[in-house]
Amino acid sequence: MSFEYSRKSALRLFLFVLAVFLCISIVATPAAAAEEQTFTEKFYQNFIEDDRYKYLVTGLQNTLIITVFSLIMGLVLGALIAIVRTVHDMKGKLKLLNLVARGYLTVIRGTPVLIQLLIIYFVIFASVDIALVPVAIVAFGLNSAAYIAEIIRAGINAVPKGQFEAGSSLGLPFAITMITIILPQAIKNILPALCNEGIVLLKETSVSGYIGLIDLTKGGDIIRSQTYEAFMPYIAVALIYLTVVVVLTHFVKKLEVKLNAS
Amino acid sequence: MPAKGEVLIQVKNLQKAFGDHEVLKGINTEIREGEVVAIVGPSGCGKSTFLRSLNLLEVPTGGQILFEGVDITDKSVNINKMREKIGMVFQQFNLFPNMTVKDNIMLAPTRLKVMSKEEASKKADELLKRIGLSEKADARPQQLSGGQQQRIAIVRSLAMNPDVMLFDEPTSALDPEMVGEVLSLMKDLAESGMTMIIVTHEMGFAREVADRVMFINDGVIQEENTPQEFFTNPQHPRLKEFLSKVL
Repeated sequence: MSFEYSRKSALRLFLFVLAVFLCISIVATPAAAAEEQTFTEKFYQNFIEDDRYKYLVTGLQNTLIITVFSLIMGLVLGALIAIVRTVHDMKGKLKLLNLVARGYLTVIRGTPVLIQLLIIYFVIFASVDIALVPVAIVAFGLNSAAYIAEIIRAGINAVPKGQFEAGSSLGLPFAITMITIILPQAIKNILPALCNEGIVLLKETSVSGYIGLIDLTKGGDIIRSQTYEAFMPYIAVALIYLTVVVVLTHFVKKLEVKLNAS
Repeated sequence: MPAKGEVLIQVKNLQKAFGDHEVLKGINTEIREGEVVAIVGPSGCGKSTFLRSLNLLEVPTGGQILFEGVDITDKSVNINKMREKIGMVFQQFNLFPNMTVKDNIMLAPTRLKVMSKEEASKKADELLKRIGLSEKADARPQQLSGGQQQRIAIVRSLAMNPDVMLFDEPTSALDPEMVGEVLSLMKDLAESGMTMIIVTHEMGFAREVADRVMFINDGVIQEENTPQEFFTNPQHPRLKEFLSKVL
């Protein structure tokens, strides 16, 4: 019941924020003397004229593609790192790999994602003729892998130790115990944090413009540079991000409820 | 004490230290086939550590454990194969909450290919019937009472047809009214000839069911005897003191 309520209230809050934005955009439309424009005229100029909305469409497309694929890459790589770290912690094996993994985590988590993106594009792929989107996917994938690895590891650690011991005491090998007993329980701990990581990632991709890639943010920025009007394109961009995040959160919460029921 | 069957487990100078903290300081004993051994002692004396060493949940820092003649502390031994023959029941039941009761029982036999799916299913049905919980086959562990969970944990171990069962304070986490049902299942098990090693605080049970009672204190076995002698004629002053407190 209480959950149902919170979902509805989240939706209401979202609609409220939307309404506030619209109000501000109408009220705040500068009444700068000479060429005073109405809201509609501004809207037309920023989005319809010269098909400018297409910058946002292309931008959103790229933002979503980068987010989805770097999340997948982050999941695969992050799971591998988490396995290395967990096997090391529980069985004392894979010492060297664990050291490599820890070094990786330290470097990735200790430097800004923008610097990582710039280094990957301008240093690592400097002499390679490669499209921008794959570069961004690699950069954000490598970045989120570090965070996802720790999310997975924490999820595994949160499963009571007795579960592992019970599996072991039945003669089940480490891998089978992990797959049949520990991971299914860990998923419930992992999923909410993973969703969070997805949302963070979506927003982090907004720095993709630095390598000349037209993501959603850059799309809005281009419109501004053409119309010399900052308010409308940036607010539109913000609203699109917000919508995607709210929709994502909604579906993940539904999934969580399903998982908890099982 | 009655020499039952062949020697099943032989423990030689078993030691375990956690860092500088020595918990087991040289345990020597033998467990024979069909024997029921109760281990008692004050908390922190090392009795659980000793039990958990027998299937290497705790890796000993010294000494040997021969199970059916094989030294399981030897690193070249496949411990998982050994554990298939050593059942264990925990204080916290440790049923797997992500599967049904029946799947809990069938997991190890099917995954380890000891039985086919059909055989394991039949075995699980038999075991559930034996403890009167057939109707709970498709329930989730968390829907059951502590006593029911612990009885299922016991038959989950039995599904592997182990040669010995280890019990680590099996009734300590139970509501008082549920202790009886678990102890009576354990008693049935003992009467059916199962070799059992039980760490317990249930002195009455130890006295009634065990063939031998072992007193562990300060990391060594300070006294072991038949329940009759153990409880009525304790020798070691520390055991006398312990019994005076718990009886």
